[in-house]
Amino acid sequence: MIHTHKFETIVVGAGGAGLMAALYASQGSDTAVLTKLYPTRSHTGTAQGGIGAALGNLEEDRAEWHTFDTIKGSDYLADQDAVDIMCQEAVEVIYELEHMGLPFDRTPEGKIAQRPFGGHTSNFGEKPVRRACHAADRTGHMILQTLYQQCIAHNVRFFDEFHVLDLLLSDDGQATGVVAYEIDSGDLHVFHGKALIFATGGFGRMWEITSNAHSLTGDGPAIALHKGIPLEDMEFFQFHPTGIYKMGILITEGVRGEGGILRNRDGERFMERYAPNLKDLASRDVVSRAIYLEVRDNKGIDGGRYVHLDATHLGRQVVETKLADSAEFCKTYLGIDPAVEPMPVQPTAHYAMGGIPTNVDGEVQRNAHGDVVPGFYAAGEVACVSVHGANRLGTNSLVDLVVFGKRAGKAAAAYAQQNDWAELPAETWEPTQAMLQKMMEHDGQYNVADLRAEMQSLMMDNVGVFRTEEGIQSALTRVRELQECAQDITVMDKGKRFNTDILEAIELQNLLDLAEVTAASALARQESRGAHSREDHKDRDDENWLTHTYATKVDGKVSLEYAPVSITIHHPKERTY
Amino acid sequence: MRIQMRIRRFNPETDSKPWWGEYWVDVEGSDRVLDALHQVKWYQDGTLTLRRSCAHGICGSDAMVINGRNALACKVLMQDVGDVCQVEPLRTMPLIKDLVVDMEPFFAKYRAVLPYLINDQLPASGERYQSQEARERYDDTTKCILCAACTTSCPSFWANEDYIGPAAIVQAHRFIFDDRDTAADLRLRVLNDVDGVWRCRTVFNCVQACPREIDVTRAIGEVKLALINGLDD
Repeated sequence: MIHTHKFETIVVGAGGAGLMAALYASQGSDTAVLTKLYPTRSHTGTAQGGIGAALGNLEEDRAEWHTFDTIKGSDYLADQDAVDIMCQEAVEVIYELEHMGLPFDRTPEGKIAQRPFGGHTSNFGEKPVRRACHAADRTGHMILQTLYQQCIAHNVRFFDEFHVLDLLLSDDGQATGVVAYEIDSGDLHVFHGKALIFATGGFGRMWEITSNAHSLTGDGPAIALHKGIPLEDMEFFQFHPTGIYKMGILITEGVRGEGGILRNRDGERFMERYAPNLKDLASRDVVSRAIYLEVRDNKGIDGGRYVHLDATHLGRQVVETKLADSAEFCKTYLGIDPAVEPMPVQPTAHYAMGGIPTNVDGEVQRNAHGDVVPGFYAAGEVACVSVHGANRLGTNSLVDLVVFGKRAGKAAAAYAQQNDWAELPAETWEPTQAMLQKMMEHDGQYNVADLRAEMQSLMMDNVGVFRTEEGIQSALTRVRELQECAQDITVMDKGKRFNTDILEAIELQNLLDLAEVTAASALARQESRGAHSREDHKDRDDENWLTHTYATKVDGKVSLEYAPVSITIHHPKERTY
Repeated sequence: MRIQMRIRRFNPETDSKPWWGEYWVDVEGSDRVLDALHQVKWYQDGTLTLRRSCAHGICGSDAMVINGRNALACKVLMQDVGDVCQVEPLRTMPLIKDLVVDMEPFFAKYRAVLPYLINDQLPASGERYQSQEARERYDDTTKCILCAACTTSCPSFWANEDYIGPAAIVQAHRFIFDDRDTAADLRLRVLNDVDGVWRCRTVFNCVQACPREIDVTRAIGEVKLALINGLDD
């Protein structure tokens, strides 16, 4: 059965960016939010340590220092005009979140409390600064809850457990809506809109060890890619240094912000050798590489692939109040009390710097020249503005999603007010239904879980923290074979109701399409910058590679174009911490 | 180790009533019940249906009844389940399929307590100030992830599905005791209803069920006291 709906603005995804966008879009247009989960299940809720803004509540701080740190952290690949907007607007948007009721921790005088975080400094790199506004170590949970609460207060219309499967463009290339699969009934719904905002989050499930939820399968960017929209800077994916060994569950950088120390098997504070100034609070790419190098040098704990994160000297009070959730993860999953014993950690796939290219108003770009897709917006992790460049600083994901979620929501509402309904294409739900039917009826030889596990280990080993041409090429070749295999699977659940079996198969296909683009972008970039670390091209090469990658899929082949980086404030320099 | 999973199954398209499915899984003691359920779904029977997302106890998707007790499948380790791990959907909620229940009645109760900060007075610039003590007053109830483990463990709720339930009271508590909020009276009026806070018989099941270790019964008690004695200013 096919259902149709008409909303001026359609938001896909209900994490921090989607909810912030929905709040603003709904104030100027009839708005619906579609999510494949319930909004409060979104992955924003797992962000822990804090949200950065130069409030200066505990010591002098300035937005331009935050801008500098973000640009330096990005290894000079971020667009500096966009970073400047983000860091300037961060301050007001934090106050706005507080006004919405967000329960920030407080200073003794009652202001929003702030703590140090990796790569955040005062006076252009001089020393760590307290900039991360926090609510214990569940800041993301508080942001997600607060924004959802506000959406309820403002009567935003939600379609929970609606999985978007297709993007509808008009014949002249405007965004006109989406096709969604209602999980409970298995029915297809066509949503006709004037403005469309993708806020579907990341795709960390491409890798074996990840902090990301099972649901982070890159559906938004994959659907965009299928419609000829480019994906920007996909070779840059952040590995967070401190995931729980083997599980990948995140231990917040706030542990190191509060004074926690990384140690190798000798008990040595090895970050002193890699980042003499900021030590354990250097950028995430720097710390993750250091851990890999320690492990390679046989300095992992017991010769294994992990090191220790030591918080035992911080005292029980700090561990149990400021780092409560991280402490609880260790107790639940490892039986370890971090106030007494160090935590076993290894880098974990965490955050996509790349994604759907947008300008600072969230408008999606359809090519490397910056031409936009009218009516199409993206915000949050799914988008690449680019404010994170080659490596994102801790806390800046939350800043990104509230600042650019808000901007995209406002811009979408204005667009909806100023424009008429664009006509839907001749076919809307038909291709999606044909695809679903084909998958249901096909009796294939492969198992989704097997293919997914192979992709994850392939990407972990070859397109992870360190990369070589040979490794990436082998991964790319195999990913292309796996894409074929993923067309030859058997969906075991043949029912209509709550068929998560077929959705997992579609999610795998999405991940494989993104894995191909990630590997192809990484293979082409013959330099090391931020999270993209090539052992066969160890240095940053500003002369040839101070560029954004735009990858499209044309006639079944990945095609790469390049666009210049906006350098408006800080000229690229060598990056040391 | 090899463990038997007994899973309550129900497919609305083919079954007239629920039945027990039995499966064997090979797991490590440190694996989660969620990992065992995935092993069944991914390698034995793809029709097994459950909700899950973050897999580490934050998103609240995978609350279910494990060996008789409400818990998140991603927070119970296989070393703690014994030789047989019995898994059922949350009680009392309308059943959709296998371990998936209809959450809408639960969220309707959540919305009934006006779960958002109400205060029209904004400072001219910057943040509202709040003392550390005032912030601490409602800290415990900010942890709620709306997983429904507490409400569906409550005998008062089993007996009367109109009872607003512990989760909604926890959410109300989070605002009633936030000194920035100005609408405690409105929420207390909702909770003073015949199906409100007085249906709580302090059984403490909710405290045992809460995966976030919220002292739920205490929060409910504080709301009851506020109804009797009024709120301290």
